[in-house]
Amino acid sequence: MLEIKNLHVDLEDEEKTILKGVDLTVETGKVHAIMGPNGSGKSTLSYVLSGRDGYEVTEGSATLDGEDILDMEPEERAAAGLFLAFQYPVEIPGVGNMTFMRTALNAQRKAKGQEEMSAADFLKLVREKAKALQIDSDMLKRPVNVGFSGGEKKRNEILQMALLEPKMCILDETDSGLDVDAMKLVADGVNALRQEGRGFLVITHYQRLLDHIKPDVVHIMANGRIVKTGGPELALEVEKNGYADLVEEVA
Amino acid sequence: MALPQVKLDATEARLSAADRPAAGASWAEAARDAALARVRDMGLPHRRDEYWKFTNPETLVQAETPSAAVFESDETQVFKEVDRLKIVFVDGVFDAEASDDLALEGVRIERLAEVAATDIHWAKDLYGVLEERGQDPVARPLAALNTALASDGVVIHVTGRASKPINLIYHHESEASDAILHHLVKLDKGADLTILENGPAAARFNKVMEVEVADGAAFHHVRTQGRDHERRAATHIFARLGEESAFKTFTLTANGVLTRNECVVELTGDNAVAHVAGACVGDGDFHHDDTVFVTHDAVNCESRQVFKKVLRNGARGVFQGKILVKPGAQKTDGYQISQSLLLDDDSEFDAKPELEIYADDVACSHGSTSGAIDEDGLFYLRARGVPKDIATDLMTLAFLAEAVEEIEDETLRETIVGRLEGWLERRRG
Repeated sequence: MLEIKNLHVDLEDEEKTILKGVDLTVETGKVHAIMGPNGSGKSTLSYVLSGRDGYEVTEGSATLDGEDILDMEPEERAAAGLFLAFQYPVEIPGVGNMTFMRTALNAQRKAKGQEEMSAADFLKLVREKAKALQIDSDMLKRPVNVGFSGGEKKRNEILQMALLEPKMCILDETDSGLDVDAMKLVADGVNALRQEGRGFLVITHYQRLLDHIKPDVVHIMANGRIVKTGGPELALEVEKNGYADLVEEVA
Repeated sequence: MALPQVKLDATEARLSAADRPAAGASWAEAARDAALARVRDMGLPHRRDEYWKFTNPETLVQAETPSAAVFESDETQVFKEVDRLKIVFVDGVFDAEASDDLALEGVRIERLAEVAATDIHWAKDLYGVLEERGQDPVARPLAALNTALASDGVVIHVTGRASKPINLIYHHESEASDAILHHLVKLDKGADLTILENGPAAARFNKVMEVEVADGAAFHHVRTQGRDHERRAATHIFARLGEESAFKTFTLTANGVLTRNECVVELTGDNAVAHVAGACVGDGDFHHDDTVFVTHDAVNCESRQVFKKVLRNGARGVFQGKILVKPGAQKTDGYQISQSLLLDDDSEFDAKPELEIYADDVACSHGSTSGAIDEDGLFYLRARGVPKDIATDLMTLAFLAEAVEEIEDETLRETIVGRLEGWLERRRG
């Protein structure tokens, strides 16, 4: 599904190479986790894949179901089925959460040649999805992420994921800033979306999120490369011994 | 102090080119003569005046009327969904046929042209009175010129709760119309009125509205200006507020080569509330100036000034806003924000926020910012599939929201949002 080959990425404004040849394939229906120390390039990978400005791809490719996504605008990638759950969801004062989500859903439907969803149908859909994530109507009415707690912001990300039904979900440090209960709620939301036809790339610094979202494959990233790939046991090894051993092993 | 020759000449040239109103009752003649003396004393604005530092008043002052193409639009229909009483002016002249009957429960509506010929009328105590008070500490000669020259306008006396809003609608039909209108609004104790204003008015428009808000009364004002691109307008609102009264005004301006909106509010009774807000969207050859002066002269009053401007293709926005807190005006709560969203490098925003405080127990804050669209927000919307142009519009509406939300009435607020959406959509092509 998501196929990344030999991806090299520089920061546009500085002469700095962040990704130095990432190779990664996420198969449909699978959950892959990327773990790694700070500064290893994990978040950069998520931003490059979703199309944020400020990065320059110097080599390599990334395709979703065979389609080159690196040449697409961010909204085209979204319509192609890519979804990034932000590490820091952005607050947008003045734009209602419902307006935002309906605009996004209908823009994607339009891009796919589908009919727009009516306000009434959308309301019904949101209510149903929001309930499982314990998102109340007040959160839906407020401006996007404004005045939301850390946990509320992350739940709001998962709600969007549930509404937009992407093919490929990238979760960037979704556990950051969450207490155990909030993490459980978010993980349940993600697990409910696990199904054939949808892949996940879960980026995390700590193993604890992976207790709740059980990965099929774990990659260790260091210094802009995937340095080791294994099963869930690899995450436990990191938890026990830290990254130093793994990273040194390779170097 | 003698005026500089250049100012003297410009002022006399303008006065000699002007049509004087027909002779009126003695009080009206006295008010006009006094205003004329004020104009001669102050001289009309010149671009070197400090108060006109960011806006060149030349075309507002010049003897010859600048011409403006008549712009076909639905601007005169903005409030058509609202149940309201329509009063129509064409190139600054009252149009009885197009207007509704000037009858509204709780309100008495007259024309200035008639009132000025009536010997005994309450208008005597308001016409030019607040305008004159507003000349200190800063001169507003165009308002005095208006008092001296205006022959028409509406004179509204609100004795109770008006059953519906009054809508002043301005049509522009002649390319060289030079309209001067002077409205008076007097709200008795506990009275309540909403005034709506819209339409292109004239090639050059000088309008003054004096509003006396008695104790416990409430005045709401929502106006739209715009899309008649070549017109020039200088407007003034002068308001005086009694105890526990409320005054709330909002203006939407879309395009227009030159607009200067001044609002001068005096809070003279305790616990009064004044909100002055504006949203403007300018594209290209556009100059919009909001100049606001709020004086707190009573205890525990609240004032808010909220101005947002979206500028592109070299458009220019100006904000001059002042909060003056007089000695003894304790517990004043004053707030002022002016912000611009600059959609390119060619556009410009000049802001001059001022606080002058002579009381020691007050809370006043002000802020002014200028910036581009928030890239993080834009990316967030796009990452969810919203195309860039629509995402930009959403962010633009979001930027304007704080000003638009100053409109209390939901229908009116939605009307304004609809206008803004239309403006943005037309630019999306």
